[in-house]
Amino acid sequence: MKAPTLISLGLSAALALSSPLHAAEDPLKVGFVYVSPIGDAGWTYMHDRARKIVDKEFGDRVETTYVESVSEGSDSQRVIRNLSANGHDLIFTTSFGYMNPTLRVARQFPNVRYEHATGYKTAENVGNYQARAYQGRYLAGMAAGAMTETDTIGYVAGFPIPEVLRGINAFTLGVREVNPDASVSVSWINSWHDPAKERESAASLIRQDADVLTMHADSPAVVQAAQDEGVYGIGYNSNMKSYGPDAHLTSVMMHWEPIYQEKIQAVLNDSWEPESIWYGLSEGVVKMAPMHSDIPEAVVERINTHRDALINGDREVFQGPINNQDGEEIVAKGDALKDQQLLEINWYVEGIEGKLPN
Amino acid sequence: MSMDIIENILFATIRTGTPLLLVALGAMISERSGVLNLGQEGMILVGAVCAFIGAYTTDSLLIGVASGLASGALFSLIFAVIAISLVSSQIATGLALTIFGTGLSAFLGVDYVGLSIDGLDEQPIPLLHSIPLIGKAFFAQDLLVYGAFILFASIYYVMSRTRLGLIIRAVGEAPAVAHSMGYRVILVRYATVMFGGAMAGLGGAYLSLAYTPMWTEGMSAGRGWIALALVVFASWRTERVLIGAWLFAFASILHLVLQGFGYDISPNLLAMLPYLATIIALVMMMQRAGTAQLAPRSLGQPYYPQN
Repeated sequence: MKAPTLISLGLSAALALSSPLHAAEDPLKVGFVYVSPIGDAGWTYMHDRARKIVDKEFGDRVETTYVESVSEGSDSQRVIRNLSANGHDLIFTTSFGYMNPTLRVARQFPNVRYEHATGYKTAENVGNYQARAYQGRYLAGMAAGAMTETDTIGYVAGFPIPEVLRGINAFTLGVREVNPDASVSVSWINSWHDPAKERESAASLIRQDADVLTMHADSPAVVQAAQDEGVYGIGYNSNMKSYGPDAHLTSVMMHWEPIYQEKIQAVLNDSWEPESIWYGLSEGVVKMAPMHSDIPEAVVERINTHRDALINGDREVFQGPINNQDGEEIVAKGDALKDQQLLEINWYVEGIEGKLPN
Repeated sequence: MSMDIIENILFATIRTGTPLLLVALGAMISERSGVLNLGQEGMILVGAVCAFIGAYTTDSLLIGVASGLASGALFSLIFAVIAISLVSSQIATGLALTIFGTGLSAFLGVDYVGLSIDGLDEQPIPLLHSIPLIGKAFFAQDLLVYGAFILFASIYYVMSRTRLGLIIRAVGEAPAVAHSMGYRVILVRYATVMFGGAMAGLGGAYLSLAYTPMWTEGMSAGRGWIALALVVFASWRTERVLIGAWLFAFASILHLVLQGFGYDISPNLLAMLPYLATIIALVMMMQRAGTAQLAPRSLGQPYYPQN
């Protein structure tokens, strides 16, 4: 929790210093493009929450607008072009599929800055940003490993893409950190948003003895299922405690506001550069919801120690020795996976049950 | 596999099949009278959000279920007026209803995202629920599942044994003849469309009150389209709708269970299983039925009242 405080302190200092310069000018117009409706407690909800925070913090120096439920592809190109044409100075496009549309529009508007979330391409006036959600997954895995009695943990997942596999692997490493006997069963549902299927999948994992559940999907149905069936559940994106007051161990929360603050400030200061940034616990982009009171004090302390180590850079989530599912050593002791390897990860770590679909 | 696992698979199958069964039965009735309503998805969502709002604000699940039913029926009235009275294209109107319903439900539900209610609980029926293997699946469900059983039986009876069923079928096969015999084609079609709307609303209520007691946008996740496909696969026969819904549900549960047992099958292939199983089973049934005309003859065609 230290880092974000420092950032916001620094930020308010910067604000105080720079405000006279911009006070007389027109506000900076910042646009946001969302892939789904806002009110879903998931991905877009957290982006919009961050938008509101920066909108308030920058006051009348910044004016924000957003367009929600913009499908990826040519529709998004039209929306991004519209925002660019009507005077926006900085546009955040918050879904993977907006990458190429953003780049195409950016070529026509060299004076507008663009920031694309979770992509890998940049241009003169296009930067990108990502969150190291896997760091939070690792800490959540530690909580799960400590609380499981059956040594079986269920993971409901959308699609087998690197972002999801990174989360499952990090989670499993966390589980095995505190409980080497425990294993993680993954249930693929081939959907990002189908609450009924998420729930049925959770029920199916519980029938196979899982007593802690987590998920990489959009709705809180898995946490709700955990509550109803009397097992533990771990949320994702936002704090999902309200869906399972007794079940909710913690949630891995995505807070985008430090990134938005930094980028808007950079444009205001005329120091904006097209970079690729990947922020996590250290920058306060990934946070953990308060831990369940059932988790023993010693475990919480251990989780906090690991969290601090990740923040300070004393350890990495994917530091060796790491074995793959077949027990072969992939990362040697003393090594750690590089960012590029993390972006392309396509294998399971040791401790995950079942085969990785191909 | 142990008995216990089979019992659980059956239990989950019936639960998963219930919303499909409700929606598909409603769609079947309106199609038997000659009206193809592609607005199922929109009606489910409107039913789901209204059921949730009703239950949340009054703290009564009964009112929730009633709101789901009523809102589905009212919402389908829009379709009925445009497609039946104003004789516009049923396909276009139905699609518009789905798009409108998706947006309307999101709009109505904005303040209800993230709230939770105590959903419908299972009500095991004494003695019956302890029958081995099938007891849990059929007699330890919540009230809406029992309601779906009763609705199925009633619809089966009405469609195959009663004069009302004959009238609905006559209107769907030959509206002009039905009209000349003195039946009010327009009125019958209004009634079947609204019945379909109420059933879709009930299917939505099942999702937001029993299955996953919460409201999130787009929570029907395509079930309206699956229900429409089921009606076609079931060749508009009530009993086949039931079998189709359960088969589909069974295959989708199997997909989850097989993964858990570590069978090395691609989940994409498994995800196809429900669709594949439904098609194969129903193709086999249709082959046995011979070459009889399957679809209601006037399906999708507007009826212009003659004097």
